[in-house]
Amino acid sequence: MSPRMSRPRRARLSLLTAGTASLALLATACGGSGGASAAPKEFSYLSVTENTTVRTALTTLSTGACKSANDALPLKVETVPQASLDQKLQLLGGQNALPVQFAAGNAPALTQQLAKSGKVADLEAKLKELGVYDQLEPAAVSTIKALYGGKLEVLPYEYNIEGIFYNKKLFQENGLKVPGTWDELVSAAAKLQAKGVQPFSASGQQGWPLTRLISGYIYRSLGPDALQKVADGKAKLTDPQYVKAAEEVAALGKKGYFGKGVGSIDYDTAMNQFLTGKAAMFYMGSWALANIADAKQNKVGAENVGFMSFPAVAGGKGSIDQYPSNVGLGITLGAKSFDQKTGDWVTCIAKNYGSTALKDHGSISGFKVNTEVKDANAVTTQVRDTISTSKQNVLWFEALFSTKATTVSQTNAASLVNGSMSPEQFMRTVQDALAAQ
Amino acid sequence: MHRVLGDRRAVVLLLGPALLVYSLIMLVPMVWSLGYSFTKGNTIDGFTGNGVANFSRLLHDPAVHHALWFTLKYAVVVTAGQVVAGYLLALLYVFFLKRASALIRTLVFFPVVLPTVAVGLLFQKFFQVAPQTGPVNSLLNAVGLDSIDFFGSAGSAFWVLVVMDIWRSMGFYAVLLFAGLIDIPDEVLESARLDGATGLRVVRHIVLPLSLPVLMSSLIFSINGTLKVFDSIVALTNGGPGNGTTPLTLYMFQTSFTYSDYGYGSTIALLLTVVCLLVSLVVYRVSRRDLTEG
Repeated sequence: MSPRMSRPRRARLSLLTAGTASLALLATACGGSGGASAAPKEFSYLSVTENTTVRTALTTLSTGACKSANDALPLKVETVPQASLDQKLQLLGGQNALPVQFAAGNAPALTQQLAKSGKVADLEAKLKELGVYDQLEPAAVSTIKALYGGKLEVLPYEYNIEGIFYNKKLFQENGLKVPGTWDELVSAAAKLQAKGVQPFSASGQQGWPLTRLISGYIYRSLGPDALQKVADGKAKLTDPQYVKAAEEVAALGKKGYFGKGVGSIDYDTAMNQFLTGKAAMFYMGSWALANIADAKQNKVGAENVGFMSFPAVAGGKGSIDQYPSNVGLGITLGAKSFDQKTGDWVTCIAKNYGSTALKDHGSISGFKVNTEVKDANAVTTQVRDTISTSKQNVLWFEALFSTKATTVSQTNAASLVNGSMSPEQFMRTVQDALAAQ
Repeated sequence: MHRVLGDRRAVVLLLGPALLVYSLIMLVPMVWSLGYSFTKGNTIDGFTGNGVANFSRLLHDPAVHHALWFTLKYAVVVTAGQVVAGYLLALLYVFFLKRASALIRTLVFFPVVLPTVAVGLLFQKFFQVAPQTGPVNSLLNAVGLDSIDFFGSAGSAFWVLVVMDIWRSMGFYAVLLFAGLIDIPDEVLESARLDGATGLRVVRHIVLPLSLPVLMSSLIFSINGTLKVFDSIVALTNGGPGNGTTPLTLYMFQTSFTYSDYGYGSTIALLLTVVCLLVSLVVYRVSRRDLTEG
């Protein structure tokens, strides 16, 4: 009898042991990655899949100007789709396993969160230490500081200004001048529409090309600090002067100026509509210059593309030489892995990236261009001149929003423009999302 | 067999490994997630307890109300559609096509095998209005109607979703119910016919009661699947326009992983669990009562 009794007990005991052992295993597996960030063996770079420019240019540098830095600390690129970036960063950040250099998140809010917990290098101090702080364009630095609470938390691998690209040929054929005010823009659109030309192309699927028009109007009518006031809680998007901007943009949609089914138009399609001459105007950032310079994509010819600033609003406090600017999807460096070898890489990038990106990709960065590069076309020259002479920049609609408010704003933009959401409703929805966090 | 299952050692040995794995990958995370619903924060900032704040937020969050309503509406409509369409197809196979049904069965089953993302893209193109006019809108234009921007408003996007999900899964339910229908003995049907019952009356009084158990399983299967719908909505509308077609699952995903609010995300997950539990209980209740009557 007694052996029969003891066997189940032994089985239970072994079960318990196995259970405890596997739990212990689980616990060590979770906590074991704490020391991963000491002295990196590679210049690891986590990029978003969608951005090919930065990683291609860095690869070019690794075999050229930055060869010695690369020999000491080889470049290793890993990619993640932009939509999963934030999630990946949170997991890596939580495990102290962030790469040496990484795309810093879809909204500045996440980068600031990482910086607050000491995971992002103090780039201003580091660059000054390395003696390359002067390699950054001052305009780019001021844009970054405006975005990231006064700190240099990302590197300006891109520097873009935004405005409206227009088809010179279509404008000429229809006897239109470059509109200087919002009213002129609306009447130009009406004329084009009457002639059977779609006035604007915009991606409602992305949403932001539409909300940029709202912020453009807000900046022109209420002045460059209008959205900072919203972020500080001194004004609300539901205030009538803010709602007015949404009304104006919704009115464009109501008249059909964005074409059919704007909510289904994705980024590439919108670009394509403009570059094949199906639409006369296209609100976009200067990164589109790469597409404009590409003869395969651009069927209207680079010489037929012009660039204008977002028009003024009559009686408004803003002026048309204040350009919305950004540094693309911010790229930053981890705090713990920033050692001397990483410093060599950063020094080399600061000195050489600007000319490499411009020469190979037609992409304008916030690093100084140290080797003279000939511009691909007139509109590139125009944009580069605008950047170097612009005195004051503004941000975009969602720049100071939380991730949630950003998503809410961009996913509802198409509904605002196709009329299934009223301007008040749209602004209230976004304001509620802002207040929720 | 009875000897083996009567032995506690054998029971522990047979059940142990599965139970352990189940506990580790199902029960532990569930309890863990329940714990998270009393916290605020994410992996970067760390977690801090905030009592029942997430639950009171859940009660007052219009986005949750909307998502819950959408989830229920979607589950009821799609479940009804899937099972009814599946049942009609099964009747067609058994009583009309009879032995020739193999080819049709395969064709109708085909969409079940297709990846959801592919089906989502297919329907997007099918119903699109821009950049090209899709087949459905072309058809509308051909009969003199205006194009409809199906994905421009929540109402029409919902119906496209419903059509897509019914099309995608009716073949599965048809096969499931087909298996139940061919089990009905021929003698019963024959004697009913001899008694003068025809067509609909055979279905109503003989076929339906006899296939009720399998019909109920289909129903439970379907409602549980549709309450947890995620992939087909992400593929077709991604919850848009705005949050017009966002079910609880997608809202939970966005809250936790896009807005990095793990605590509130867990609270929404808890709500979903409770809803699934309640619905399952109701369906089991109803099915048991009906079976004893039948």
